Amino acid sequence: MHRIDCPWCGLRDEIEFAYRGDATVRRPPADAGIDAFYEYVYLRDNPRGWHVEWWHHAAGCRQWIKVVRHTTTHAIHATAKADEDMQVPRS
Amino acid sequence: MSRRLAGGGRVDRGARLRFSFDGDAYEGLRGDTLASALMANGVRLVGRSFKYHRPRGIVTAGPEEPNALVELRGGARREANTPMPVIELFDGLEARSQNRWPSLAFDLLSANDLIARFLPAGFYYKTFMWPASFWEKVYEPLIRRSAGLGSAARAPDPDRYETLHAHCDVLVVGSGATGLAAARAAAEAGARVILCEQDFELGGGLLLDPAHEAWRAGMIGALLRQSEATVLSRTSVFGYYDGNVLGAIERVADHLPVPPDHAPRQRFWMIRAREVVLATGALERLIALPDNDRPGVMLAGAALAYLRRFAVAPGERAVMFTNNDEAYDTAFALHDAGIEVAAIVDVRAATARAEPARQRGIDLRLGSVVLGVHGRRGVRGVTVAARDGANAKTLSADLLCVSGGHNPAIQLASQSRTAMRWDSAIAGFVPGESTQRQRSAGAARGLTGIASCARDGAAAGAAAAADAGFAAASGFDLPPDSAEPGTQVEAFWEVRSAGKAFVDLQNDVTADDIRLARREGYEHIEHAKRYTTLSMATDQGKTGGLVGAAVLAAARGEDVAAVGLPTYRPFAVPISFGAIAGHAVGKDFAPIRRTALHRWHERRGARFMEVGPWLRPAYYPQPGEENDAWASVLREARAVRQAVGLCDVSTLGKIDVQGRDAAVFLDRLYTNTFSTLPVGRARYGLMLREDGIVFDDGTTSRLADDHFFMTTTTVNAARVLEHMEYHAQTVWPDLDVQFCAVTDHWASMSLAGPQARATLAKAVEGLDLDNAAFPFMGVGDAAIAGCPVRIFRISFSGELAYEVATPAGHAERVWEAVLAAGRAHGIAPYGVEALGLLRIEKGHVAGPELTGHTTARDLGLERMLKKRGDYVGRVLAERPALADPDRPRLVGLRPVDRRARLRAGGHLVAAPGSAESLGWLASAMPSVELDCWVGLGLLARAESWRGKCLFVAFPLNDETTEVEVTHPHHVDPENARVRA
Repeated sequence: MHRIDCPWCGLRDEIEFAYRGDATVRRPPADAGIDAFYEYVYLRDNPRGWHVEWWHHAAGCRQWIKVVRHTTTHAIHATAKADEDMQVPRS
Repeated sequence: MSRRLAGGGRVDRGARLRFSFDGDAYEGLRGDTLASALMANGVRLVGRSFKYHRPRGIVTAGPEEPNALVELRGGARREANTPMPVIELFDGLEARSQNRWPSLAFDLLSANDLIARFLPAGFYYKTFMWPASFWEKVYEPLIRRSAGLGSAARAPDPDRYETLHAHCDVLVVGSGATGLAAARAAAEAGARVILCEQDFELGGGLLLDPAHEAWRAGMIGALLRQSEATVLSRTSVFGYYDGNVLGAIERVADHLPVPPDHAPRQRFWMIRAREVVLATGALERLIALPDNDRPGVMLAGAALAYLRRFAVAPGERAVMFTNNDEAYDTAFALHDAGIEVAAIVDVRAATARAEPARQRGIDLRLGSVVLGVHGRRGVRGVTVAARDGANAKTLSADLLCVSGGHNPAIQLASQSRTAMRWDSAIAGFVPGESTQRQRSAGAARGLTGIASCARDGAAAGAAAAADAGFAAASGFDLPPDSAEPGTQVEAFWEVRSAGKAFVDLQNDVTADDIRLARREGYEHIEHAKRYTTLSMATDQGKTGGLVGAAVLAAARGEDVAAVGLPTYRPFAVPISFGAIAGHAVGKDFAPIRRTALHRWHERRGARFMEVGPWLRPAYYPQPGEENDAWASVLREARAVRQAVGLCDVSTLGKIDVQGRDAAVFLDRLYTNTFSTLPVGRARYGLMLREDGIVFDDGTTSRLADDHFFMTTTTVNAARVLEHMEYHAQTVWPDLDVQFCAVTDHWASMSLAGPQARATLAKAVEGLDLDNAAFPFMGVGDAAIAGCPVRIFRISFSGELAYEVATPAGHAERVWEAVLAAGRAHGIAPYGVEALGLLRIEKGHVAGPELTGHTTARDLGLERMLKKRGDYVGRVLAERPALADPDRPRLVGLRPVDRRARLRAGGHLVAAPGSAESLGWLASAMPSVELDCWVGLGLLARAESWRGKCLFVAFPLNDETTEVEVTHPHHVDPENARVRA
């Protein structure tokens, strides 16, 4: 079980959170066309390594937060509020 | 025949406990396990093996036991596959052997042993392949009858289980010399410590040597005096998870006949530890040799445990077979206790223990092996020979002690993703670098000897505490250093000779099976494991897993270090489902939501149904209707169509939306426009997912310029809120909008029917209900029975209707007042069944049509897609496949034979028997207005079918019903009634 440091609430169990996925994708502008929206909805990288993800503190503060998580070790490098830019570690 | 020794051991000779095994009565002592008590009674044959039904005895003295598994207790408390060495004896204990028929001594299926060459590894995969039709009727029942060990209880578990969430700075697993020292060092440094020990006594290997008793007692006493140390015995740590979270089961009452009142049987600990010290010790491994599974073949350390801890003679005449020095301790202890040691058979050419062996007059055979075991239901003798097979000689013996060396117990370290490293000094794998905040200490990382383990434990405990931020000085005496030369093990795995040489006793896997797997291409350890089932039993191959890997390595011509072990996964020891479930069983499995009017519905005798987590009234039976649900449902629906009805709709999701940009936000969430909605009006809204599929619908009202009140469907309420939060917080964080769920804050009720206005007018104060003053889709505040209410003129049934919302605490008072006002008009409360009937008649879509596959156009709602402005789902809804005019589209369906019934779920076909599905019937109900069943369906090329007939096919019931395709609005298609 992950232990996730919610930037609003502090360290909490994974069961309080809901996972969404890649936090680097951005909803395209309204006039971007079908291909751009198709990519936004369906196409995802599946990186082996560090990944910036959306997690929803559903059983807590109800905030969407960013979590930098390693997809093979499950290590969590950092967490941040929704509006912060997150960099992934190099290794 | 008692094998109990006259003195010594940790059993209480004054506390005699009665128990039964396979119906025979025995006596044991307090401090015994079932294994030691049976051994003390001279019982050797305790079970039959899984595949070959071979006679089996007790092999170990711990949870790693592969053979001696029993059904413990009876009735609802029957527990299958319980290892005897972990069953703490209690008075009245009942146990039965497993996997035998008709009796343990005479088992018919032991014929499997004779036809074993037809039951090779991968037998199931090869044999039960074809014909496919045999699987269900022949193969599966056959496998189920002959395979498997014990059987689970059939009755519900009568006991309670608890879940406990714990936090600590340092968790220590294991309470041997290493664990006690680690826990004490960490606690004295100031850390909050939890120490878990699976046994009922603390001490691990310390329990086997009276010389260490004073130190053990002193350490436990010191630990118990630490206020921040929690010491748990009878507690098995079974899993090491991400984030340094570990799971443990505390067997609170398993050592009692039944749990005391108010006590759980077991407690599930979920422990979040800053640092973990794994002091899990080491597990002795077997040596594969022909018939090494006969009752009386035992691991050397187990023989020592039965002798020293339980004061039981494990045999009368023993042979020791070893590849290391440590086993000599057992041989000497047996000898010193007066048990004849017929020989020590050592594969090595030399040992430092030769001299003390000779001093005792023991026949020491260096460079020798045990070639085979005699005796079927118990060891009668062994054949020993030189390693090359020369000079074979049979020795009479009833006990063969085997020691193939020791494996550090790396199960938990492996689960924590620690890679393992081969250590040739112990011929075993030891933990490599930790990836979590964890360290192994003592025998768990390959050390030997009490003193060096204690020293290592103290250092690990202090280091763990320091890493957790606690570094107070600590100091205590360690056991004196003795000359501990180490175990001097020689890697030796198998004696190759004719006969079954087992590497996995519980799953009946032999060394030949491993070689067969390799010949058939299963070379990788993970493949060989699955093909042969090596290490896949409940003991996870703790005694023979590495031996199997070594046999595979030899067959591959490689080093065992290169072959490796399969990955260990939870559970390191078997745990019960009851403990995992904890309190979450029966009515407590999931929370139940009840509306503010629930008690009123109960008093009225409502029949309830589950809608998501909610309990809602399905209908309210009246006298005479008890056995006829349809009578109630149709009566309630007729009341709405002909007079007036009242329905509790509090379960609809309600979200209060405020902020300067609230209207803009709703415009982007819904396909239609809310910024143009006047204050004091409501509007039906349709919401898509970003992929263009319909998500949810509901009415939203504008209470002020910057204040809206949204409703969602009952089942989607939580998902809609999450959807809104995602978009507000991450997609459009610049919008000034705030919202929160208020579903539980408001009770709401729908008053519907031609007499709705007359009824409400009698009850309401402060609102003019005249059609001009308060038209369809009007919203206004008022009071009923002195309670504040908000009234929405909206309709789901298609009748003139008002939805009355009131703060939840006033619910019953307002509900009663409306009912009283409607009495003269024939008002009836109606439930979800009538509500569903009315909406199907009216052609309003709901859950059965909003399937997650339907578009706005499919549902006939394309007029709600605004032409200008961005909203979620707008772009992808335009994808060609979703805009295809041939897609199934909402239609009404009525049977041609007006007496025929419709069944939701049926396929729409052009002709009876046609296999081409044109769509489906989504919802159906008998109409109270049309005097026939009516349905809503989705039909491909719907326009071309309008007014024509086709068929609803329900092949499961062999039903085909001819239906007419109609407009979806079976009632009042002009929508005049809602505006009346």
